[in-house]
Amino acid sequence: MLLRLEPRGQRSRLWTYASPLLALALTVVTAAVIFAMLGKDPLQSLYVFLISPLTSATGLPELFVKAAPLILIGVGLSLGFRANVWNIGAEGQYTLGAIFAGGLALSYPEAPAILLIPAMMLLGILGGMTWAAIPAYLRTRWNANEILTSLMLTYVAQLLLIYLVTGPWRDPDGYGFPQTALFSSSATPPILFEGTRVHLGVVVAFLAAIVGWIVLTRSVIGFQLRVLGQAPRAARFAGFSQERLVWLSLMVGGGLAGLAGMFEVAGPVGQLTPSISPGYGFTAIIVAFLGRLHPIGVIFGGLILALSYLGGEAAQIDLGMPNAVTGIFQGILLFFLLACDVLILYRLRGPRPLAGGA
Amino acid sequence: MTGQAETIKATGTAVPLLSLTGIVKQFPGTLANDHVDLTVLPGEIHALLGENGAGKSTLVKIIYGVLKPDAGEIRWQGQPIVVQNPNHARRLGIGMVFQHFSLFEALTVAENIALGLTDAADRKGLRARIVEIARSYGLHLDPDRAVHDLSVGERQRIEIVRCLLQKPKLLIMDEPTSVLTPQEVERLFETLRRLAKEGCAILYISHKLEEIRALCERATVMRFGKVVAHCDPRQETAKRLAEMMIGTELKAASHHARGEVNGGPRLEVRALSLKSEQQFGTDLKDISFAVKGGEILGIGGIAGNGQAELMAALSGEMPAAAPDAIVIDGVAAGRLGPRERRALGGCFVPEERNGHGAVRDMSLSENAFLSGHVRRALARNGLINSGKTARFADDVIRSFDVRTTGPSAEARSLSGGNLQKFLVGREVKQSPSVLVVCQPTWGVDAGAAAAIHQALIDLADNGTAVVVISQDLDEIFALADRIAVIAEGRLSQAMPIGEASIEQIGLLMGGTHGAPGESPAASVEGRDAASA
Repeated sequence: MLLRLEPRGQRSRLWTYASPLLALALTVVTAAVIFAMLGKDPLQSLYVFLISPLTSATGLPELFVKAAPLILIGVGLSLGFRANVWNIGAEGQYTLGAIFAGGLALSYPEAPAILLIPAMMLLGILGGMTWAAIPAYLRTRWNANEILTSLMLTYVAQLLLIYLVTGPWRDPDGYGFPQTALFSSSATPPILFEGTRVHLGVVVAFLAAIVGWIVLTRSVIGFQLRVLGQAPRAARFAGFSQERLVWLSLMVGGGLAGLAGMFEVAGPVGQLTPSISPGYGFTAIIVAFLGRLHPIGVIFGGLILALSYLGGEAAQIDLGMPNAVTGIFQGILLFFLLACDVLILYRLRGPRPLAGGA
Repeated sequence: MTGQAETIKATGTAVPLLSLTGIVKQFPGTLANDHVDLTVLPGEIHALLGENGAGKSTLVKIIYGVLKPDAGEIRWQGQPIVVQNPNHARRLGIGMVFQHFSLFEALTVAENIALGLTDAADRKGLRARIVEIARSYGLHLDPDRAVHDLSVGERQRIEIVRCLLQKPKLLIMDEPTSVLTPQEVERLFETLRRLAKEGCAILYISHKLEEIRALCERATVMRFGKVVAHCDPRQETAKRLAEMMIGTELKAASHHARGEVNGGPRLEVRALSLKSEQQFGTDLKDISFAVKGGEILGIGGIAGNGQAELMAALSGEMPAAAPDAIVIDGVAAGRLGPRERRALGGCFVPEERNGHGAVRDMSLSENAFLSGHVRRALARNGLINSGKTARFADDVIRSFDVRTTGPSAEARSLSGGNLQKFLVGREVKQSPSVLVVCQPTWGVDAGAAAAIHQALIDLADNGTAVVVISQDLDEIFALADRIAVIAEGRLSQAMPIGEASIEQIGLLMGGTHGAPGESPAASVEGRDAASA
C-alpha cells in the first residue's frame, strides 16, 4: 500500500500548529526506541530525560536560564527567516557579542554595575551586529549567499575566541587554563530571584519576544519583512527596499544573538572560555522553526529545547549516557518537524483509485 | 467545408472522432467538470468556449491525459479508452499546443523539437521533415535559429510543427491567439483551416468571440464546469455568444467622452532608455510620450516586447538613469522609487496579480496596505493602522463589487476576476493623478472586465492621466483616446484612436519580426468590428 501526497491547494491552519506537536510526539517515541536499543528502560529514561529536570527546586528556574539565550536568538532569527534571510551564523554572532562584552568587563572591572551592565549589553549587541554585517554586506553588494557566509564566519568567531582566551586575554592567575579572569561582581547581571540563577537576561528575552511579536504583526517594518519573504516582487512593487530589509534582518538577528552571548558569559558562565555555548546559535534555528517563526511561539520552542539541554545533563548523570543525547534529540526533532510540515501543504491519501470509465 | 459534409454532421451519421460522456473532475473546493459531454467529428474545427475558470482547460487536460477524470467515459473513434498520459495521447493521434510554451531559449528550433520527441528513431531526418511540414502548411520556420531570437508567433509555430510531426487526428489549441498580431492570427487560421480540410479535427479553446465566429463550425459553451449550450458560431452574433458564455446580458461600458482633454500633461516620458534585468528581456530604447489629465493612452504590442520593462520603469521598480526621463505632474521622478512616485500621485497595476500586485497568502486588508499605505496614510508612527486599513479595503470591496467574505479574506481565496477588481479598485480609490495599468483584464471574466473598463473611464473623466498597456487590441480600441505600439523596446508615435486602423497597428506590432512583403490590406476578420 503506497501512500500519496495530494496538494491541499492552500496552507492548512490546523497543521501549521499541529505539526510541531506531532513532531514532538514522534521525537519522544523515537527517543524511547533509542533508549531501549541502548539497553535502558525506555519509560524510566524518558522520565529522567524529560521530567526529572523539572522536579527539583532549581529545575524550573534553570529551564528559563537555558531558554533565555535560545529565545533571544530565536526571536531575531524568526524575523529574518520571515523575510527569507537565512542567517545560519547566530552562533558566531553570539560569540562576538560575548567577546565584545567580555572585553569591556575585563577592562573596567571596577566600573559601577549601573553603567557597566548597560554598556556591556550595548557592546554585546554591537559585537553580534558587526559579525552579521559581513554576510549582510556580501549579500547586498555581491549577492553572496548568506547561508554559507554566516555559517563559515561561525568558525572564524570560534577561533578568534580561542586565540583571545589562550593568548592576550588569558587569566595570568589561571594556571595556564584557556580562560579569562572571572568577571567582577559589577559586571554580573542582577539575579532576579534569590537562590536561583534567573538573571536579567531572562526578562530581556521575554521582552524581546513581545516586542518582536508587535513588530512582526503590527509594524510597517514587520509587514515589509513578511511581504519580502512571501512575494519578493510584490515587495519591490510596493517600494520596500530589499537591500535595507536584508540589512535589517541580519542586524536584528546578529544584535540579539550578540546580546544573548553577553548575558550568557556575564551571567551563568562568568568569564570567557572556549566553551561558552553548547550550540545555542544552532539550536535557536530549531527553536525558530518549532515556534513557527512567531516570536511568541519561539518562547515555547525555547523552553522545549532548553529542556533537551537539562535532560541531556540528567541523562549523563543518572543513566550514564553520553552528552550527545541532547544533540540527537534536537536533530530528530528537526527531522520530524520538517517532515510533518509537509502536511501543511499536502494531505496523505491512500493509493489512487482507478479512473472511472473503463 | 462542403454542404454535404455539413449534412452528414447535422444528421450525426459520421462516427465521432472523440466523444466524452459524463466527465466529472473534482478539485479541492471546486467541481471543475460537472458531467461534461463533448463530441468532436473528424475534420471539424470545434470551439470550446467559456470564461476563465469555466473548466475548459481541465477538460482538455483530461483528453490529453494530463489529468484523470473522476468519472465519465472517453471514446476515441468509437472505442472506449483511458488516456494514460500525454505520450499515450500522442500515440492515439492527439496533439496539443499549450497556452504557455515549453521551449528552451538557448537551443535551436530543431533541437527543441527533437527534445519533444519520445521515440529516438524519429530524430532521423528530422530537419528535413521540419522544413517539409513548415513549407506545406505555410508555417515559416528556420530549424537552425535559436529560440530566444524568435517572436512569440514563431515560437507557437514550433509547437504546432512539433504536433504535426506526429500526424495527429485531433489538434487541441489552448488560447492560441492571445500572443499573436492580427496578421499572425490570420496566418494561423489559414493553417488550421488547411489541416481541417485534410481531415485533422481541431478543438479550439478561446474566449475571443470574433475569432470563434470566423474560424469554427461548431461550438460547445461551458460555464461553471457544465456544458450550457451548443451552437454554430457562424450563425450567432458575438453578443449572443458572450451571453451564452456569461449567462447574463452584457452591459457595455459607457463610452469615454473624447475631445474634452485639455491642460498640461500629467505624465511625461522623455527619451527613456533602460537595460532589462532579465537575460532574455527587452531593453527600452528612447521611449517618449505624454499623457494629459482626462486622457487614456493605450499601448499595444505583443508580449515580450518591453511591456514588463516599461511598467517597471514607470512604477519605479526599475529607476531610470535620468531624473527627468519620467515626469509626474511636473516633478522629475526618474530616480524616485515606487513609494515616492505614489506620493506624487502615480498608481500602478502590474500585469501579474499573484506575487506581484498582490501577496496570495495575505489578507485583502494587508494587500490594500501594500500599495495604499502612502497615499491613504494607513500607517502611524511606524505601526499599521489596522482599523483604517480594513476600512479602506472594505471600501474597495464594496465600490468594486468584489465577491469575497470581507477584508480579512486571503487574496488567494478570490477568483482571478475578483482579485483583479480589487487590485484596480485599490489604485483607483487612491485618486491618482497618473494611473498605469498593464493587462487590466487578463484572464478576467467578461463581467469583471466590463467593471474594470468602466472604472478606468470614470477615473479619466475625473482628470487622471491613464495609461493602459495591453495585448488585447479590442480593449485598447474600446478604451483609449490615443494608441501607441511597443515593439522590440521602441514605442511608436501615439496616434488618435479614430485615425488608427487595425492593419496599421498590426504591422507596427510585428516590428522587424513581421514577415516582409506582408500586404497591409490583408483583412483581419472580426477585428474590424472593434475599430468601428
